[in-house]
Amino acid sequence: MTHTGLEFAGFESADTVSARLASVGYISTASISTAVYLAHHLRKPILIEGPAGVGKTDLARSLAQSMEFPLLRMQCYEGLDESKALYEWKYGKQLLYTQILKEKIHHLIGDADGLDESFKKLAGFQDLFFSREFLEPRPLLKAMEQAGGSVLLIDEIDKSDEEFEALLLEVLSDYQVTVPEIGTIEAIVPPLVILTSNNTRELGDALKRRCLHLHIDFPNADLEARIVRSRVPDISERLLAQLVAFIQLVRDENIRKLPSISETIDWAKTLLLLHADSLDPVMVRNTLNVILKRQTDIAEVNSQVDQLVRKVLTEQAESA
Amino acid sequence: MERTLTNYIRALRTAGAGVSTTEAIDAARALELVGYQDRGLLKMSLAAVLAKSQDEEVLHDRLFDLYFSYAETKPPRQTQSEGEDQEDSDSASDGSVSDSEGQESNGQPSNGQKQPGSGQGGGSGQDKTGEAGEDAPLDLLELAQSGDATRMAMAMAQAGARADVDQIRFATQVPYFVRRMLEELGAETLDKQLMAALDERTEEGTARAEALIEARSTLMRNARAYVEARFEVFGRSASEAFMNEVMMDRSLGALTKSDMERMKPIIAKMAKKLAAKHARRRKVRNRGQLDLRRTLRANAGNDGVPFDVIWKTKRKDKPKIVTICDVSGSVARYVRFLLLVLYALREKVTDLETFCFSSHLVDVNHDLESLPFDAAMDKILREVGNGSTDYGRAFTDLSRQYDSTIDKRTTVLILGDGRNNNGDPAMGVFQDIAAKAKRVIWLCPEHPTSWGSGDSALLQYKPFCSSLTHCSTVADLEHALDDVLLAYG
Repeated sequence: MTHTGLEFAGFESADTVSARLASVGYISTASISTAVYLAHHLRKPILIEGPAGVGKTDLARSLAQSMEFPLLRMQCYEGLDESKALYEWKYGKQLLYTQILKEKIHHLIGDADGLDESFKKLAGFQDLFFSREFLEPRPLLKAMEQAGGSVLLIDEIDKSDEEFEALLLEVLSDYQVTVPEIGTIEAIVPPLVILTSNNTRELGDALKRRCLHLHIDFPNADLEARIVRSRVPDISERLLAQLVAFIQLVRDENIRKLPSISETIDWAKTLLLLHADSLDPVMVRNTLNVILKRQTDIAEVNSQVDQLVRKVLTEQAESA
Repeated sequence: MERTLTNYIRALRTAGAGVSTTEAIDAARALELVGYQDRGLLKMSLAAVLAKSQDEEVLHDRLFDLYFSYAETKPPRQTQSEGEDQEDSDSASDGSVSDSEGQESNGQPSNGQKQPGSGQGGGSGQDKTGEAGEDAPLDLLELAQSGDATRMAMAMAQAGARADVDQIRFATQVPYFVRRMLEELGAETLDKQLMAALDERTEEGTARAEALIEARSTLMRNARAYVEARFEVFGRSASEAFMNEVMMDRSLGALTKSDMERMKPIIAKMAKKLAAKHARRRKVRNRGQLDLRRTLRANAGNDGVPFDVIWKTKRKDKPKIVTICDVSGSVARYVRFLLLVLYALREKVTDLETFCFSSHLVDVNHDLESLPFDAAMDKILREVGNGSTDYGRAFTDLSRQYDSTIDKRTTVLILGDGRNNNGDPAMGVFQDIAAKAKRVIWLCPEHPTSWGSGDSALLQYKPFCSSLTHCSTVADLEHALDDVLLAYG
């Protein structure tokens, strides 16, 4: 295995990471960039935790894009097993070849006398059915086979079973996959691995120990404004400041499912579509379902919309 | 590996964050990569490598600031004697580096062959305090008077290391370690000089004595500050952990108001542990039982040759708990804790119904869900708690009004002392409930020796309970709930 790491310009510092991510429209924070920088140089996977919709998956996508690496994505779910994650034998093809072999077997051992000699002849052939030819690579194995490097995203690892975690360990620490019939397949270039978790269950220590830990939380107003601006460039500064301030206030309310960045972006797009240039209570009421996904939450916020909007507007007026 | 880093990792471990050797090695590699120059970067890097959960990250944030704050004391640039300035500039520009070197040289205190100005940032301080010879006390006086924070910090760090200050566990040990540090600094000779100066009985002598007293108190102040800082890093969490352990086994009835606050994080932690332990899959493979129908269907494409074999699975019940709490005077305290734990377990036990009673049964789910816990508890105790206890009535109410809440996957959890004021225990109703439920678990805060004494109907109920346990500490509660959840494992 080479220690030179990924063969692209490389990340010389955490700031380079931020700059590269910014070039593809991902606004990074110092801690995100530091984690990526370390992961790149220490060749360790990153385990990202945090509420849904704060850009965990998007980080992987943006990284792949900024490094011009292919992104291999594996969505985890309950019951995911090695045949879906690592590799599978191409049963159909094996079956087909068996049929062909059945017909041709006469030619192969035709002139052999007796069972012993036939066996000897057959043994001369390689282990035909369990070779790379018949191996169907799944995301993890595919990532090992990328000669130019890759970003491997293992999404929502907390949804998978505990047994699956154990399966990942070999891939995560040694960047290799062992197929009993063939042997160990090492990564040509170790991929940059990103795991995401919504923390629906506690992950095993063994897995955590092999990863760098990164917690992405809801952004502060300033960062959120920058993110929305990069995603919805047409929005006016006035509206942007207002809607971000509003979202920040809503996050302090007593609601079950807090609006995340993706919801803020959706809302910005919605308001832009409605040609809004400033928040007003009626429009906010009508579009609450964009940022809140639970009926009880909507009801809770709905009763306070006037108050919240007024607060946002006066604060903006004061700062201006 | 760097001593500063290993010590820091040790501090993290004492504080309860599990740092494995692999992580320590990673931390060293990360340190090599980012260096000490950028404090913010270093902090984030170590957080990424060493902290494996949000809790640990908070811990790391706190400890990092404590641990590296001492090293950060801004060194004044001038006061270095003998032209050491150039060599020193490297470390003086960065407090953390000087700290690390200071600590490193402590590794071999006997290694005295370093000449002053040999190019080591920590050289000067080390040599001067390291040679515990004649000139050491003079040095102390000069050190205290010079007001040079870097040299003082260095001297403190070295004396601290020799006095093993990092072993500190309890706040009461602070004076002891301060004395040890002063001894290590060589304050004894300072004292002798002071006595000598006083014995002179001249004006000059008195002036010298005053200077010496002043110097001594400066050293003392610095030593104390150093020890206290180290206590924050190494001691506080250790003594916290010890206190928490004590708490686990203390009777809930004997807890004071201030203890309650301490209990909350302990209980939250315990709930998390329980939830993690029981966070198993809800489906188990029934090994060896082939699901023929699904196998055939899955393999239709393979001409019916069963490549993919599908086994029968068994779905496990989700925990469903109906809690019935006696909130009359004596038991009320315990109820608070049981409910605190149960509601902390909310993520795991989604199906939870809570009823409280003294004279009659009240459904308190709404209060507990809509109000903050303490407010809900106070309200319940106020509204339900002041009646004479009637277990029979409570069970009758339950079976009449809330009959549908109990089915064959329900665990009925009863918390009470069974003191029924000699009323009708309604055995028949209780028997029916027990027959319908999956299990009936009775937790009694009273000691087993007093079960059934006086007006306690506990022993009458006992035959129909799946288990009847004495439950008076948090540790007991943990066992009981573990047992409840285990039935659904």
